[in-house]
Amino acid sequence: MTPVTNDPIPVTRSADLWNKYAHVLSMGIQNTLVYRTNFLFRAAFGLVPLAATLFLWEAIYADKPAGTAIGAYTLAQMVSYYLLVTVVDAITAVAEDDWQIAADIKDGAVSQFLLKPLDFLAYRLCLYLSGRVIYTSVALIPVAFFLFFQREYLVGPSEPLGWVLAPLSVLMAGLLQFLIAYTVALLSFWVLDVSTFIFIQFAFEFLASGHLFPLDILPDGLHRLLLWSPYPYLLYFPVGVYLGRIQGAELWRGFALQLAWVGVAFLIARFVWSRGLRKYTAVGG
Amino acid sequence: MPSFSRYAGIYAALIRYSLIHEMQFKVNFLLWIVVEALWFGLQLAFMTVLYGHTDQIAGWSRWEVVLLVGCNQFIQQLFHTLFVTNLSNLSELIRKGTLDLLLLQPVNTRFLISVKKFEIGNILNALMGLVVIIYSLAQLGRVPTLAQWLGFAVVCLAGLSVHYSLMFLLACISFWTVRAQGIVWGYYNLFNIARLPAEAFPRGAYRAVFTWVLPMLLVSNVPAKLLAQRLASPWEWLALLGMALACFVVSELFWRFSLRHYTSASA
Repeated sequence: MTPVTNDPIPVTRSADLWNKYAHVLSMGIQNTLVYRTNFLFRAAFGLVPLAATLFLWEAIYADKPAGTAIGAYTLAQMVSYYLLVTVVDAITAVAEDDWQIAADIKDGAVSQFLLKPLDFLAYRLCLYLSGRVIYTSVALIPVAFFLFFQREYLVGPSEPLGWVLAPLSVLMAGLLQFLIAYTVALLSFWVLDVSTFIFIQFAFEFLASGHLFPLDILPDGLHRLLLWSPYPYLLYFPVGVYLGRIQGAELWRGFALQLAWVGVAFLIARFVWSRGLRKYTAVGG
Repeated sequence: MPSFSRYAGIYAALIRYSLIHEMQFKVNFLLWIVVEALWFGLQLAFMTVLYGHTDQIAGWSRWEVVLLVGCNQFIQQLFHTLFVTNLSNLSELIRKGTLDLLLLQPVNTRFLISVKKFEIGNILNALMGLVVIIYSLAQLGRVPTLAQWLGFAVVCLAGLSVHYSLMFLLACISFWTVRAQGIVWGYYNLFNIARLPAEAFPRGAYRAVFTWVLPMLLVSNVPAKLLAQRLASPWEWLALLGMALACFVVSELFWRFSLRHYTSASA
């Protein structure tokens, strides 16, 4: 079934384009507001295992002489690391987006995007961004409360440039996180229940991104192996940039790699989308 | 008064239906086992990495902690097999009004809600936990006596009961608010506490809450300590049994209270 359009003037003026996506953003914010209580509980409950992890590390350091470093982290630095991971995760993690993308495909809502001059990826990116706005503002309440009690471990970036570089790497981490979640969710074109793939992917991500522990405490070979994957650039790298643990040539190489991974993820997302569409329309979507 | 054999018959039928249903989606069935196995692997990997930097955590040696993680996996996966899907579903039953149909059945409604789906795949994951338990016992050079294995079974049942009662309690919040989804998801976060050694937590509010209110620090710790012969006193497993009973009673009271105030969706 070929899409019919009687519009002789292609809508490509950048102002119109901007208006369209601005509208999606505001609509996204309104729609996501429904989830705010859900987000609040999620953020609050997430602090419980965080506290447990911190207690565990304190118990480990307690058996060692004061000031011992494990993987080049003193206890204070270890706590700072986990606090920052929690903050970056709250800002960038995907909440409901992957399930929603899967539902869009399963319910056939994707059909609209074959006809409308709106790009599905850009559309979902706007919804992700609006979701992040709501989630972060809601999560701020319990997280700030927790951080207040841990305030002695809250450190600023080690140098002024960090104030610029850290947010930049967090922004790219967010894009990368979105693209990964988006691509996995696109598997809905082929698979009935994509949740297993989402969880399998998340398991690798949880370890390799540095969420579970800082990657430095791994044996050196394993650490360097993981740095070849995109995952460290989701949490470990932005936090490392902020803490000043990643310096000089390593810093710029890291940024280049992070940017490269965003690009690669984008290309893969595009590829999977076009293949998925082919299957989708062949079935008569 | 419906007899035990009648309930057993109903449960057998439910298990049969669950099996037939699962076998229609073989790939999905296998993938879920992989998902759970991966997360178990993650927990073990975490402990392995930690013990690369220390010999003991709060007096627990490496293999004692692996034993603990194995016990936690065993209990948690049995919980998944029997109850998790069903309890997560309660909010949907209420929302859609299906609960009304269940309330009319001549069988105990709590039973029907709790056992509807039998997730047979998770039994394999529970067995993985058991394998880790046996392996770590071997590494510790411990051979539990039959009495200890029986005691282990009893305290595992108690732990299972704690998980069941607490999650049921949380699920009943769906009677009072539509926004209960976040709370049930929250229970998964609480699980994560159970796999950690209780002694790692300083004596304070956190440890007290997770021993005497939400006894996560008893559920897997007690069975592990029993097998590793680390129980400081019989009070530990008595505490677990006591908390299991208390949690069940509280969940039953809240269930009945919620039902009394329940006005159906189709009213």
